[in-house]
Amino acid sequence: MALPNIAAQSTPKETATPLERATWIARNVAAPAASSVDREARFPAESFAALRDAGLLSALVPRRFGGLGCSITDIAAICDVLGQHCANTAMVYAMHQIQVASIVRHGQHAPYFRELMHELVTRQLLLASATTEVSVGGDVRSSVCAVEAHDGELRLRKQAPVISYGEQADAILVTARRTPESAASDQVLVLARKDSEHAGETTLERTGGWDALGFRGTCSCGYVLETRGSAAQILPDGYDDISSRTMLPFSHILWSSLWLGIATDAVNRARAFIRDAARKKPGTTPPGAMRLAEVVGQLQTMRAQVQSAIRDYEASYDDADALTSIGFALRMNNLKVQSSTLVVQIVQQALAICGIAGYKADTKYSVERHLRDAYGAGIMISNERVLGASASMLLVLRDD
Amino acid sequence: MIQDIRSIVHEHARLNVDIAKLADDASLYQAGMTSHASVNLMLALEDAFDVEFPERLLRRRTFESIASIAAALDELLASDRGASAA
Repeated sequence: MALPNIAAQSTPKETATPLERATWIARNVAAPAASSVDREARFPAESFAALRDAGLLSALVPRRFGGLGCSITDIAAICDVLGQHCANTAMVYAMHQIQVASIVRHGQHAPYFRELMHELVTRQLLLASATTEVSVGGDVRSSVCAVEAHDGELRLRKQAPVISYGEQADAILVTARRTPESAASDQVLVLARKDSEHAGETTLERTGGWDALGFRGTCSCGYVLETRGSAAQILPDGYDDISSRTMLPFSHILWSSLWLGIATDAVNRARAFIRDAARKKPGTTPPGAMRLAEVVGQLQTMRAQVQSAIRDYEASYDDADALTSIGFALRMNNLKVQSSTLVVQIVQQALAICGIAGYKADTKYSVERHLRDAYGAGIMISNERVLGASASMLLVLRDD
Repeated sequence: MIQDIRSIVHEHARLNVDIAKLADDASLYQAGMTSHASVNLMLALEDAFDVEFPERLLRRRTFESIASIAAALDELLASDRGASAA
């Protein structure tokens, strides 16, 4: 009896929802390449070719600009499903959407960025970001480099310790001081273009590599970035506003969603392990079954936390006052710290359930890549720093 | 009150411009106040004016400028007076 060709059958139709399209790509394109992306620490090129073909890079762009008009709830669900199959694809997708969200919210009233939204749709541009800087480290709310503008032209040079997928990106959003005289905290966000139609405007000189424990396919190398362009490429809103209303909540929600995807897949592998063990010895409960019951509970907790944060953000999405409050910033910081801690605990528990079969890379119960990626959640964006910021805010916030 | 606020801002907001040259409605954030410094500023204001900022006032806009701080304090002090008169 011939087995049906599942992959061919489930090719997404034109009418498929964005989540259905992403699910198809996650299973049929991202998952088969996930191991080689990780081993070779290479950009998940095949996933992004498929995501582009499906129009998913501009999913957040409103329909009136030709995009899919997705909300953060939709994008979070996509990050979750991508994270279940290839965490690198999910992380790059999340980071790209954080940039798109900033342009959609903070650039809509500027002709240059309205045009860019059309380009995001027609050319499916991939956006990266350069927010950290050598000598200020992870403090993204202060810059050393500054925009130098003359006669409507701008120049900018930044020493960036990390620009994830900088070489593959078509454009990079860069934080910098507004002018060479501005305070370190008076920042703007500048679009540095490097797509084919703007060749030569931006150069990246690599200063550090990315041979890391996990998230190896994000290619998070260090660079000296130099760019020139028009003054119109500065987003009109200040970075403090962009950060608190859009980048911070989008980052913490989308990252948490893809970590949830990693945790979900690890638990699914542990479930499969226990089920197969139960089949081998009918009538007995396998030794790891209790641990599985425990970890499924933890996964539910994590899912509930992510979903409730998304609901809160959606509820006050257009309330600038609420989004710039200390209470909201704390809420998002807590989500980040909690979910990045839970993902490690959950994957560790899955590893304990699957045992040596989980420890090895070449079994269907393997969670070794999951665990290496999970550790990145609390390290790549330091939980120490996030907790430090929360601790300071808690000095003035008296009640919850 | 404005003078008191100015001296507290001078001491705690860690601006990188001369506060004497800063207008009442100029952005303190653009003048170099970080979110960490803004927390210290809030604590110092609470201490000096013997008030507590309720959660609804703990937002960016409240501490945007010397004028916005004065408006928030006016409101808090007025409601305090109202409460003690009652």
